Amino acid sequence: MVKDGITSHVQQPGDPMKMPKSRISQWIRTVLVSIIACTGLSLFASPASADSANADLPYSISGTVSESGAPLEGVKITVTGPSMAVPTEVLTAVDGSWSIGVPEKNSDYEVKLDTETLPAGSSIVDDPDTTAVESSSMSVRVGPGGRVALNFFLGDVERATTSLLDQLLSRIINGVNFGLMLALASIGLSLIYGTTGISNFAHAEMVTFGALASLIFVQLGAPLWIALIGAVALSAFFGWGMDAALWAPLRRRNTGLVQLMIVSIGLSLAVRYTYQLIIGGGTEQLPGADSPKLQLFGSISLSWIDIASMVISVFLLAVFAWWLLRTRIGKATRAISDNPSLAAASGINVDAVVRVVWIVGSALAGFSGILWAFFRPGIRWDMGGQILLLMFAATTLGGLGTAWGALIGSIIVGILVETSTLVIPSDLKYVGALVILIVILLFRPQGIMGRKERVG
Amino acid sequence: MSSNVAPATPVKSTGLHVGEASPGVAKRDPILIANQVRRQFGGLTAVDVEHLEIPRHAITALIGPNGAGKTTLFNLLTGFDTANTGTWSFNGKSLAGVSAFKVARMGLIRTFQLTKALSLLTVMDNMKLGSTQQLGEKLWASVFPMLWRKKESEIEEQALDLLARFNLDSKKDDYAASLSGGQRKLLEMARALMTKPEFVMLDEPMAGVNPALTQSLLEHILNLKKAGMTVLFVEHDMHMVRHIADWVIVMAEGKVIAEGSPDEVMKNPAVVDAYLGSHQDIDLGTVTGRITLPKIGKGK
Amino acid sequence: MDFLGILNSTVGFVIDPVTIAFSLAALGLAVHFGFAGLLNMGMAGFMALGAYGYAIGILTFGLPWYIAAFLGPLAAIVFALILGIPTLRLRGDYLAIVTIAAAEIMRLLFLTSTFGPITGSADGLSGHNSGSFWADNPLPEGQYDFGPFRGTELDWWVRIVGFLILCVAVAIVWLLVNSPWGRVLKGIREDEDAVRSLGKNVFAYKMQALIIGGVLGALGGLVLAMGQNVNPNQYVTSITFYIWTALLLGGAATVFGPLAGAVIFWVIQAFIGLLMPALAAEGLLLGLSSIQAAQIKFILVGIALVLIVVFRPQGIFGNKKELTFVK
Repeated sequence: MVKDGITSHVQQPGDPMKMPKSRISQWIRTVLVSIIACTGLSLFASPASADSANADLPYSISGTVSESGAPLEGVKITVTGPSMAVPTEVLTAVDGSWSIGVPEKNSDYEVKLDTETLPAGSSIVDDPDTTAVESSSMSVRVGPGGRVALNFFLGDVERATTSLLDQLLSRIINGVNFGLMLALASIGLSLIYGTTGISNFAHAEMVTFGALASLIFVQLGAPLWIALIGAVALSAFFGWGMDAALWAPLRRRNTGLVQLMIVSIGLSLAVRYTYQLIIGGGTEQLPGADSPKLQLFGSISLSWIDIASMVISVFLLAVFAWWLLRTRIGKATRAISDNPSLAAASGINVDAVVRVVWIVGSALAGFSGILWAFFRPGIRWDMGGQILLLMFAATTLGGLGTAWGALIGSIIVGILVETSTLVIPSDLKYVGALVILIVILLFRPQGIMGRKERVG
Repeated sequence: MSSNVAPATPVKSTGLHVGEASPGVAKRDPILIANQVRRQFGGLTAVDVEHLEIPRHAITALIGPNGAGKTTLFNLLTGFDTANTGTWSFNGKSLAGVSAFKVARMGLIRTFQLTKALSLLTVMDNMKLGSTQQLGEKLWASVFPMLWRKKESEIEEQALDLLARFNLDSKKDDYAASLSGGQRKLLEMARALMTKPEFVMLDEPMAGVNPALTQSLLEHILNLKKAGMTVLFVEHDMHMVRHIADWVIVMAEGKVIAEGSPDEVMKNPAVVDAYLGSHQDIDLGTVTGRITLPKIGKGK
Repeated sequence: MDFLGILNSTVGFVIDPVTIAFSLAALGLAVHFGFAGLLNMGMAGFMALGAYGYAIGILTFGLPWYIAAFLGPLAAIVFALILGIPTLRLRGDYLAIVTIAAAEIMRLLFLTSTFGPITGSADGLSGHNSGSFWADNPLPEGQYDFGPFRGTELDWWVRIVGFLILCVAVAIVWLLVNSPWGRVLKGIREDEDAVRSLGKNVFAYKMQALIIGGVLGALGGLVLAMGQNVNPNQYVTSITFYIWTALLLGGAATVFGPLAGAVIFWVIQAFIGLLMPALAAEGLLLGLSSIQAAQIKFILVGIALVLIVVFRPQGIFGNKKELTFVK
C-alpha cells in the first residue's frame, strides 16, 4: 500500500513474478538504478562506501534509498529485532547506501525508514495504481545466506504516469542506440573472424582503447571533436600495430586457429591490465556525459549525446557499407571471407587486405568505445570486457564472419538487452542476451544471415 | 603408373545383374539398395539417384567426372550427410536418417578421400581404434583395467597381423603423422578392416599413393573380396577400375548414367560423352590426368 | 625488504588450497582440451557451481559438508549436459563462445540481488565451513608448522581433504586416458569423422568428456570454497584464462602436466604478487604504488600465455609429437 509514496523492495528470488502487473513497470524503473551497482561494476556499490552500523556483527541487512534513481543521503534507517537488544540506527551515505549488522541469521527483523529525515520537497505521490504491500516500515527475514538487501525507492509524479508502452518505446530507442554502438564494435570482430579465422578476445581491449585515447586527448586540453577524431586515428594505428607486430608474423608461421584464439586471450589480459596500471581502477568521464535530457515526445527523452551517437553510428555504418560493397579493397575483403585460398589464387594480396581489415576493425571498435563511454557512462579499464560477450553474441546471432549479420545481430542484442529489463531484474539483463545466444545455436547455428552450410 | 599393375588377372564375378544392364538395373543379390536419393546444396543438385543396387560379394567401381556427386553419395549412404529425400537400405535394414556411427556398427565401413589417419596417435593406437569389441571403450569399464586387458592383447594381435599384411608392422609405434601419404591410405584401410566389416566403401583409395604401393593396394582390395566382403570404391584411374572391378557404375551431374561390366561400360557412348567430351579417342584414364600417355598402349 | 619472508610465503603456496583447486580445474580442462579437443572457455562457471553448490547446500539446506560437497559436481553434470547438447555437434569455436557465455550467465545469476538471500549476491557466502566441516576435523587444535608450510589445524584439514580429492581425481583421470576409452577420446581430438566412421558414438564420448572435466572443475571450486568465503568475483572469466595458462604451461595432453602447470603458475603468481609491491614499497619500481605493482602479475600472465602458445605449444612437460594444436 502506498501510504506515503515510499516503496521498498526486499529482493527475494522470483519476487518480480509475484508482484502485481501494475507494479512491475515501476519496480523496473526503480531497480534500474541498481544495474550500475550490480552488473559487475562493483565500483559504485562497494559495501565499504555504505554507512554502516554494527559492522562487527556476522550478518547484515543493507540497501540503498533513492528517489527517481538519485540516491538520498542522510535518511535515517532503524532496524529492530528479537535478537537485538536495542534498535540500531544508521544514516544513509552519499550514495544512498546503508548497512546494519545483525547478530543472527534465520531470524526476522523490522526495518523502518524515518520519513521525517526525507529531504523537503520530495515529491511524494500517492500512486492509485499501486497495490503492493509497501510502506516505510518493512519486516524482513535474514535467511541462511546471512545477508539481505532491502532497497527503498521513492516514487515521483513522472514515474507514476509512465505507461508501459512509453517505457517499452523508450527502452527500444535506448536499445537501438546501444545496438548501433555494439554493431560498430562487432563488425570489426566479424570481419577479422571472416578474413583470418581468429576469435579475437582482444577486441574488447580495442574498444577500451578508443575511449582511453579520447580521454587522453581531452585531458591534454583538446576539444571533444578533435579528441574523437584523434582517438579514432590512434585506434586505427593500434590495429595496424597489433597486426604488424603480432598477427602478421603468426600468419606467416601458419599458427593454428586455436592457438591464435588463445594468443588473443593472452593479449587481452596483458593489455587490459596495462590499462588498469595506467588509469587505475576508477571511472573517468568524458565531457558531455552528463548532458541534460531533451524531452522529445511523450515521455521519451534523449540527451544530445544519445542523438549524436545514433546519427554518427548510422553515418559510419553507411560509409562502411559503401567501403565494403563498392571499393576494390572492400570487395577483396569479402572475397577473402568467402574463400581465402581462392582469393589468394586469384591474385588478391591477402596479407595486405587483412592488414586493412585490422585497421578498419580497430578504428570502428575504437569509435564504438567512445560511444560506449558515453552510454555507460564512464571510462574504465575493463569497459570493453563488459560488452565482449555481447559482441560475440551479436556476431554469432547474425552469422559468424558476415558483416551484415553482425549489424543485425547487434541491433537485436541491443534491443533485447534494453527491453528485457521490463520483465527481468536489470542486473540480469545481459543474461537474457547470452541465453538467446545459446538458444540460437541450438536451432540455427549458422546465424540469421549466415549461409546454411555444414557446421558440424 | 598402372603399367606395373596386373601381373595376374583377377577372377571377375559375373552374372551380377538381372536383365539388361542399364542405370538402376536390379541385382541378383544386392547388399545395398537406394531409392530416390536427392541432395541439394542451395540451387545445386549434387546427387539425384533414382534407383541403385550394389551387388554383394563383388567389387563395384563408382566412376564419373569431378563434381559428379560420387563423394556426396558416399557421405549420404554412410550417414555423414543428410539427404533431402530418399531411402536406402543395407541388408534390408533402412539406413535413411541413421547416424554415421550406427551405420558403421552395422558393418558398412568407409574411408575418406582425404586420408583421415589420426596423426597424433601411434599406428598401433590407430588400429586398435578400429576394434568394435573392446569393452574398455565404455566409460565405466575403462577405469577397471582387468575388465579389458585380455581383450586388448587379442586386439593387438589382430592388429599386428593386419599391419604385417599391409607392411606397416615395423611402424607400429610411430605416430601416424610420420607416415607417407600412401602408407596413411594403407593404414586407413587396415584400420577399417579391424572393424571386420561386411561392406567396405573406399573413397579414391589410390589418390596420392606412391606408384610403388599401387600394386599392393590393389591386391588388398582384391583380397577383401576373397575374404567375403563387398567393396564399393570411387576411382578415377580407369586401368585400376578395369583391372579389379566386377561392376561399374557411372555418375555424372548427380545421376547414374550407366552401369555394367567394366568393358561394356567403357564402350557406352553416354559414358564416353560424360567423361571425355570431344577427346573420344583417348583412353579414359588419361583424361583424369592420372596416367601419362606413353606408358599405356592405346589399344586396350 | 624481507626477501626471505617472500620466498617462504611463496613456497607455502605450493600446498595452498587455491593451488589444489587450480590443479583440479586444470586437470578438468586437460580432459576437455588436451584429450578430447573441446574448447571449454567456461571453466569458471563449473568452479562456481562447485563452490556455490557446497556453500548453499550447507547454509540453505543445512546439509552436512560431505553431502553438500556432491551438490556442485551434480550441478556441473547438469550444466555440462545443457551446454553440450546444443554445441557438441557444432564446430569447436561455437563451444568456446557458448561456454564462456554460460559461465558468465552463472556468475551473473550468483551476483544478482534477485537471489540474494540464497547466494549472498555481491557479498557472497561465508560461514559455510564453520559448521560440520570444521567439527569433523580430526586434527587437534593448534598451530602446525613444517618449514615454510604453516597453518592451523583448520588450514591443514582443508589441505588434507583437498589433496585427497586431487589424488583420487588424478588416479581416475590417469586410468581413463590410458584406457581404450581415452584412446577413442584422443582419436576424436584428431579427427572426429574418422572415429565416427569406425562406429564410435562421437557425441556420447564428447559429452562424457565434457561432464568429467566439468565435475573436476566443480571439485576445484569445492576445494576453493572449503578454504575461504565464496564470492562471485572469484569466478570471473579471467579465472578461466588463468587455468588455460596453467594447463598450457604444463602440457595439455598429459595428466601430470596440468598439475605441475597449476603449481608453477600459482607459485609464480604469488611470488610476483608479493615481490612487486615489496619492490614498489622500496621505491624500486619507477614510482608505481604497491597496488599498481600487484597488477603487474596479471600483465605478465597475459604475456606468458602468448609466449607459451607461440613458442612452446606442447607445454613444459608435453611431448612435442603429441602437442594438441592440430587444427
